[in-house]
Amino acid sequence: MMRRENALMLAGWIVLALLPLWLPYVGGYTALGTKVLIYGMGVMALNLLLGFAGGLSFGHAAYFGLGAYGAGMTLKYLAPSTPLALLVGTLAGGIAATVFGPLVMRRRGIYFAMITIAIGQLLYFVAVRWNNVTGGEDGLAGFERQPLHFPGWVFDIRNETKYFYVVLACFTVAVILMRMLLASPLGHTWVAIRENRRRAQFLGVRVDLYVWAAFAISATFMALAGALNALLFNFTSPQDLHWILSGDFVIMIVLGGMRNFWGPLLGALIYIFAQDYLSSVTDNWMTFIGLLFVAIVLLFPRGILGLLRRRGRAAA
Amino acid sequence: MQLLLFNAFNGLIQGAFYALMALGLALILSLNSVINMAHGGFLVIGAYLAYVFAPYVGFAGAIVLGPLAAAAIGMVVERVLIRPLYKRPDPLYTLLLTFGLALVIEDLTRRIWGATGLPFEVPDVLMSPVSSVLFFITGYRLLVVALVVVVVIALYLLLRRTPLGIRIRAGTLDLETVSALGVDIYMLRALNFGLGCLLAGLSGVLAAGVLGLTPPMGNSLIMPSFVAIIVGGVGSLVGAILGGLLIGLAAGITTTYYPAASEAVIYLIMLVVLVVRPRGLLGQEGLFE
Repeated sequence: MMRRENALMLAGWIVLALLPLWLPYVGGYTALGTKVLIYGMGVMALNLLLGFAGGLSFGHAAYFGLGAYGAGMTLKYLAPSTPLALLVGTLAGGIAATVFGPLVMRRRGIYFAMITIAIGQLLYFVAVRWNNVTGGEDGLAGFERQPLHFPGWVFDIRNETKYFYVVLACFTVAVILMRMLLASPLGHTWVAIRENRRRAQFLGVRVDLYVWAAFAISATFMALAGALNALLFNFTSPQDLHWILSGDFVIMIVLGGMRNFWGPLLGALIYIFAQDYLSSVTDNWMTFIGLLFVAIVLLFPRGILGLLRRRGRAAA
Repeated sequence: MQLLLFNAFNGLIQGAFYALMALGLALILSLNSVINMAHGGFLVIGAYLAYVFAPYVGFAGAIVLGPLAAAAIGMVVERVLIRPLYKRPDPLYTLLLTFGLALVIEDLTRRIWGATGLPFEVPDVLMSPVSSVLFFITGYRLLVVALVVVVVIALYLLLRRTPLGIRIRAGTLDLETVSALGVDIYMLRALNFGLGCLLAGLSGVLAAGVLGLTPPMGNSLIMPSFVAIIVGGVGSLVGAILGGLLIGLAAGITTTYYPAASEAVIYLIMLVVLVVRPRGLLGQEGLFE
């Protein structure tokens, strides 16, 4: 069983690694594939909190946006270095979530969601109103990702395909880290808290600290995703912090299947392609996205992987 | 000083809108256990339908009919889309569903009435300043304040004195027992949802007279209403009103001194409240903790 899963993962990874070669033939373009990987990484990280630890965050776009602004502002104002930009962006989001964590970690369900939304809005308005630094409503432009300098070798990632491989490398490392986290006692404790918070408490688990950790860790990966996204487009805007994006993240997770490690990636893939397609054929794509939300909630609450798994079980 | 007064009063008006929105949200939150992300959408429905009705029934009629239409549509939505979700205890699903609805409503509004703002005609009598000293107070603003006060009192009487209100309040405490006592809780939740949408629609109509009509007008009001609930305390209706007025006032005063921070200050107040008094000003201890 284990071997089969590993073989599947390797096969999937090879398909991903060859993506720039085959994507144009199925109607995509490399940047779209890069975007799927970036969002996929972000929502897989959010799912650590949402699907595994059971914390309903509806404000993770805030950390995506912090990563994006952190990276963009580093390139624009600080130093022309891609690794530094990614690092600053990731830390910006991670630290912010660590600071805000104690405000939400004791809350559950509805209250948790409301506070995370509201904290996200605070950061959104800072980005919108702090015009002279963030570019306000128009967004932050005027920066460009820089070539990576290795000893004796320059990897010019300004090329889209080469940048795809940078994102793939980050994605791979992030996914391995997340898998290790879930296999560790920390990950098992998250699931225990999700399943029965009170019982975990009686067993002596400091539930709030674990929820805090899940919040901070998921936001850190989310910030890395945001930083990579800002570098992909050499642009970021307050939309990257807006609660609508937070909602998009959550629907991607539910669409793919929130009880499954890979579900969110599948959800991101479908959602981003659907959005790309809809916005190219109709002006009213928002209506269709909204109806998609409604349909998913009413018809596929377990997501695609949840549905497949249930079918598989019924057949067995 | 005049400017400060002007902004403070404006802030209170704004706060009254937040409070009305927050009241509806809080009602739906506590009895239906739904975070109604589409609340801004129902506000927009109420406002635009009032705009449509106004030529036929006049200004006063529109103020009544717009919110009623929003309530009717809200009850249909509750019956068709939200009722099937009550059996799933996770608030995630209703949150996503209403979120999707918010997108649909905003987009359809834009499609039907256009993306540019429309003026909501208020009778001239109400638009002239009331006195020459306090030149910034128009009759319309006083009407808004008066209407909000009347509605709040009516809601209070409804919840305290009528069988429906008493059932709603009992339901927020223990829905199962209320059901066991023979109350049709499906009907109760539908009516409650409609009541919440009525309040949203009313704040939409009233806000339209001040701010005009635009498809995303609900978006700018719904988030502060969440904050109003958090500041006032989840589960407390009085808290929602207090929270709404407080953050409206704070935003108004901030506009005088540092306009750029007038939105952020709302969320800063929330952070301070969460640190100092996590359950909110009037919230019950242990709720959702």
